[in-house]
Amino acid sequence: MKRTALLALAAFALAPASSFAQSGYNDVALPNPQQEAQAKALMETIRCVVCQGQSIADSNADLAADMRGMIRERIGKGESAESVRAWLIEHYGDWVSFKPTLKGSSAPLWLLPLFAFLIGAFLMRGRFKRKEG
Amino acid sequence: MKRFWLWVPFVLFVAIMAVFARGLISPTDRAVASAMVGKPMPQIALAGALDPAQMVGTQYFKDGKPRLLNVFASWCIPCVAEVPVLMQMQAQGVEITGIAIHDTTPDLQKFLSANGNPYSRIGLDANSRAQIAFGSAGVPETFVVDGNGVIRHQHIGVITPNDVPIILAKLKAAQ
Repeated sequence: MKRTALLALAAFALAPASSFAQSGYNDVALPNPQQEAQAKALMETIRCVVCQGQSIADSNADLAADMRGMIRERIGKGESAESVRAWLIEHYGDWVSFKPTLKGSSAPLWLLPLFAFLIGAFLMRGRFKRKEG
Repeated sequence: MKRFWLWVPFVLFVAIMAVFARGLISPTDRAVASAMVGKPMPQIALAGALDPAQMVGTQYFKDGKPRLLNVFASWCIPCVAEVPVLMQMQAQGVEITGIAIHDTTPDLQKFLSANGNPYSRIGLDANSRAQIAFGSAGVPETFVVDGNGVIRHQHIGVITPNDVPIILAKLKAAQ
């Protein structure tokens, strides 16, 4: 009786470990430290599609874990981090990357600081003039 | 002229508040749409869940027949709600292929015997690689794939009876 109970307990404890052991490998560091650093840096700039606003490096979602696994797998095979990023953007859109790119729709965002600087310079010019006068 | 400049900050303030109010009254849709719609489906090769020989691969979708590809899981509660709708569509002659995320054959068998089986084939996606390749962000999600394997439409979330006419129209357009 005691033995069957123990066996049942053991089976219960082991069952989830055996059926989902594969997902555990998502967070095993790559043997090559340089590649691991590249993979980590990429993960921090890929947005989790489940917990939006978190990077996949910070998210506990299963899908984020699988994305980390996929990134490690591809970088481990020698693919560059930017090529993996491009692949993810191709599949999920610009939204998935935290690293902004310069293109038509995002140009105002990049040019705004320049405009602010020009306006500031224009205002300052007025100030200096008054002082001189 | 001076009066005009006095009003500028006020007008700006009202404009900014209007933007905030709009965001509060009708928040933007937070669903992550796939960027794969309109593109050929990704290369996949998933083992069959019910019969290992019945693989779900890219080639399977290129037989000239438009299909629904349903991303689901036996552990996904909302997925149960759409099974009757899928069964109804299957009865109308719609081919539905399933991709089961993080799932096992025994769990799927239990799910199908409890809710019904609208699927012609189910592929096992144990590590979400196929889901990621489709640009899918969760379960359930459904894609309309045309007979050449090109993704034509994405439906995010549970398919309710109200969504059926839209999906049938997309399937017809994919013919």
